Amino acid sequence: MADLVRLTIDGKPVEAPAGTLVIEAARCIGVEIPAFCYYPGLSLQAACRMCLVEVERAPKLLASCTLPVAENMVVRTDTPAVKQARRSMIEFLLTNHPLDCPVCDKGGECELQDMVFRYGAGESRFSEVKQHVEEKRFSPIVFFDAPRCVLCYRCVRICNEGLGVRALGIVNRGVASEIGPNRGDRLECDECGACIDICPVGALTSGIYRYQTRPWEMQHVGTICTFCANGCKTTLGVRNHRIIRGNNRDRSGINGEFLCIKGRYAFDFVHSEERLQTPLLRVNGELQPVSWSRALAAVAEKFTEVKARGGKFGVIGSNHTTNEENYFLQKFARQALGTGNIDHQRTGDVATLLGCTRSLATVADLYSTKAALVVGSDLAQQHPLYAFQLRANWRHHQARVYTVTEGPVREDQYSAGRARVQRGEELAGVERLREQLKAEPELVILFGDAIQGEAVRKLVAFGDSLGIPVKYVCLLDYSNSRGAADMGLTPEPGGGLTLPEMLAAWDLDVLWVVGANPLKNGELAADGAFVVVQDLFLTETARRADVVLPAASAYEKSGTVTSATGEVQALRAALKVMGAKPDLEIFGLIAREMGIDLGVAMPEAVFEEIRQTVRGYNVPLPVIAAGGAAQALAPEAPVAAAGRADLAESARNTLFTSGTLGRYSKALNSVEEAPGGLYR
Amino acid sequence: MLYNQPSPLEVKVLTRRFGLPDSQSLDTYLATEGFQGFRRALEMKPEEIIGEVMASNLRGRGGAGFPAGMKWSFVPRASSKPKYIVVNGDEGEPGTCKDRLLIENDPHQLIEGMLIAALAVGAAAGYIYIRGEYRRLIEIMDRAIAEAYRKGYLGENILGSGLRFDVYTHSGAGSYECGEESALLESLEGRRGVPRIRPPFPAVAGAFQCPTVLNNVETLCAVPAILRDGGAAFAALGTPKNGGTRLFCLSGHINKPGVYELPMGFNLLRMIDEVGGGVWKGKKLKAVIPGGSSCPILKASECDLAMDFDTVAKARSMLGSGGVVVLDEDTSIVSLATRVMRFYQHESCGWCVPCREGTTWLRKLLERFHAGHGTLADIDLMGDLARNMLGRTFCPLGDAAAMPMISYVEKFRGEFEEYLNRTPGGPLGRVTIDG
Repeated sequence: MADLVRLTIDGKPVEAPAGTLVIEAARCIGVEIPAFCYYPGLSLQAACRMCLVEVERAPKLLASCTLPVAENMVVRTDTPAVKQARRSMIEFLLTNHPLDCPVCDKGGECELQDMVFRYGAGESRFSEVKQHVEEKRFSPIVFFDAPRCVLCYRCVRICNEGLGVRALGIVNRGVASEIGPNRGDRLECDECGACIDICPVGALTSGIYRYQTRPWEMQHVGTICTFCANGCKTTLGVRNHRIIRGNNRDRSGINGEFLCIKGRYAFDFVHSEERLQTPLLRVNGELQPVSWSRALAAVAEKFTEVKARGGKFGVIGSNHTTNEENYFLQKFARQALGTGNIDHQRTGDVATLLGCTRSLATVADLYSTKAALVVGSDLAQQHPLYAFQLRANWRHHQARVYTVTEGPVREDQYSAGRARVQRGEELAGVERLREQLKAEPELVILFGDAIQGEAVRKLVAFGDSLGIPVKYVCLLDYSNSRGAADMGLTPEPGGGLTLPEMLAAWDLDVLWVVGANPLKNGELAADGAFVVVQDLFLTETARRADVVLPAASAYEKSGTVTSATGEVQALRAALKVMGAKPDLEIFGLIAREMGIDLGVAMPEAVFEEIRQTVRGYNVPLPVIAAGGAAQALAPEAPVAAAGRADLAESARNTLFTSGTLGRYSKALNSVEEAPGGLYR
Repeated sequence: MLYNQPSPLEVKVLTRRFGLPDSQSLDTYLATEGFQGFRRALEMKPEEIIGEVMASNLRGRGGAGFPAGMKWSFVPRASSKPKYIVVNGDEGEPGTCKDRLLIENDPHQLIEGMLIAALAVGAAAGYIYIRGEYRRLIEIMDRAIAEAYRKGYLGENILGSGLRFDVYTHSGAGSYECGEESALLESLEGRRGVPRIRPPFPAVAGAFQCPTVLNNVETLCAVPAILRDGGAAFAALGTPKNGGTRLFCLSGHINKPGVYELPMGFNLLRMIDEVGGGVWKGKKLKAVIPGGSSCPILKASECDLAMDFDTVAKARSMLGSGGVVVLDEDTSIVSLATRVMRFYQHESCGWCVPCREGTTWLRKLLERFHAGHGTLADIDLMGDLARNMLGRTFCPLGDAAAMPMISYVEKFRGEFEEYLNRTPGGPLGRVTIDG
């Protein structure tokens, strides 16, 4: 690089691109410069004054967080003056700090504690009365304890800049300055908790986690959020087989530090009192608790009997069970039950997309692409990670984002072009942006369920006609919708009944529903059908069942899931819930009960089979095993396979709803915001 | 307009219209050589105007004393963005009350100064930021601006020159911090008045991120005379590198408090005795704050000095904003320190740690000390805390609080110690500045 700048930090020579901040350059050579307010990716504050360094020929200490490197600059971070400055800054910070570490949620993982430990001010000369303010409840999720606050403004910045929600600001002045909601005395926001996680101290705490445990008493399990299809990594804090918190402070995974309320706080459905913990069997018209062996025997007996007489099966899979489970289920249906009547609730037409192009974007592409086009989706509500990535891309790289939507969306704050269209007119809206899009060097197109079947082909044709590299994301709704499609939970291409057709088939003998709730809005035509349901809760569908088998959630099992962008990631079991079994295990038990051999029903074995047999899934094992994400490759050449144009329908989840699981999360239901509200 | 009795020692350049009947009106202004500087500037090239201001050795009157012509020259000549002239009329420094009189008595002089600055840098609009407490001044300024528009001195095609310039007033909301230039700009733009990270400086990215000349009221008020009579003539009034006159605001324990226009470099003792009529009640001089409350205090023995930026700096204080506060022999420095720190603690914006926490700690400490509950260790601590703030805060407010504090403890340590020896709970000594 031509514009490399040479300087020395603590006597070590450093080369850094022009414009690099000294604090970053120091980090690159392993010199830590402490800071509270400096936070990579957010705007600069220079407010905490912890990062002061000595620069040769400068008359006073300089804040290294706002100091760009300069040729032949000589920086020292280890001189007595620097050390004294840090010590005095901490002494200042602690004057009004309550020092309530023994009960503070942050105790043990607090940046202020670490700084005091490392940089001093172990004793205080402060003997005046401390400034005290009572703690405040901004929302059921967000609590604020002003005395602990160091006013680093990270929370304000992540909310304003990162999310574009602009819910937090500063009230009062001077020593009375406080973080506060911008609208009145309570938050109206996404309730994502980013402000809480980014807080270096215990000033912002979550209503979900506060005063429940010491951080070191938890086990921390990194897994994939089980709600939407964005595939965020969430680290669950587990103590005594209870999940106490979720966060992603290690910034691993494709989401970095991003999580929405679902990933951070909605895990509590796992501990709902309404979880099914024993199988149920319909006896004399009533569902009654029975043993696993009795329930499994009833299922196996019926399956065997119907199979023997050539009866009609219908199998409905889930869009939040693992790839292994989905694969095994379709194998079970096709090989053991001999039926092609298998489907799942489709939330987007990814099959057609995969049939027309191999050019698929990853989450990382959303942060690096020069331009993006969002068609028919309110990203901030339905795909918050993608909204966050695009916004970060705009903030950091001036990416141009275009939207074609029905109503206002948060991207309007910064979009480079937009078209408002009636539903169904999306392609016309896209066409209106043609000239602008053509001028872009590259493009990522994200589209929702408004584009299906033939419309997908037209959209891809439009992309091809721009004459620039275009990548696509088909927006899907649940954590493994993509995996369900990839694993073959569809009647195509072999032929068979689709989900609506199964429900409408009056002569259906068996309906086997795994992790889905088709009868919430639908009706089963076949009155006499034997219905088997595997689920966490007694859903509308489970109430109609003859056998209900209690299933484990994604947080209780291992396996892999595939995000909407096709990125395959591993789940890690965080806990066990008594009585519930992973669906894969249940399949294995049914198979054994029926006396059929479908191979080992273990996630590792099934994943190996997937890697061998499912197109594009020969992903590198070490990446997955290490907690990374590997994009399932598109087929060598696009296959003619296509989805049915009328089958996909987005669940229209908002930030605070998410199908069955969302209904049982107290955290999600506790928020006071209007569902679907556009907070900005 | 009300204003103190002038002194025969004054050299009246900026204040020449003070006391004239109807001095706020454009007619009076025009009758007394008003807009002649601007007319001359109209015939000059921008760099010639800046050259004239440089030759005048005019230094910023807000406190920092930065050469005004040089500041103007930093504004990029070619810019795709509009450029602005912003006038700092926030005048919040305790002891300072000169900008108020300049606007009250001669608002058109400021408008002319802005017009000349606009010609020099190519600006099309100007904002006069006036502290919120000066509500009456905003009315005066608005009337003057309206009159200037009516008579063709503002707006489109000024004096047939083709120049367009618009002026707006903007009210502060009571924060001292908004006198700091970048906080002023934040406030002007409608945001919370907290300082900005610099660079970029206002000359490059100021109001609305556009190139901006940001000058104190008095600085711009000196410009018409400089253009009218020439930079050299203005420079000759003062000392080398400290051109012209400035408005000194004499206050405190003095017989004739008031605002006096004196040449730069005027001797401080002479100022007190001959201009201000000496220390009141026949008392002896104890100390002087030479340029507003943020300047380190000068003991009586240090006061025989020329009041220009460089000489006062050599005496390890600052000429600041011209607020000369005279303290008689009965003044309690402990009370003074307490009062001053109460001010800075109240005005700290809260942005950065050392200022926010440091001023608060010092205020609490001083109030306790002042109430008779101090210890010997507290005296060292005061100085120490101030030194821990000095040069480490985000903006100069922290320094403004720390520098005088350090000077009080260094120069009057004995008095702090003596204060400890009073009977606890006994009389606190005469509190002359408090309250």
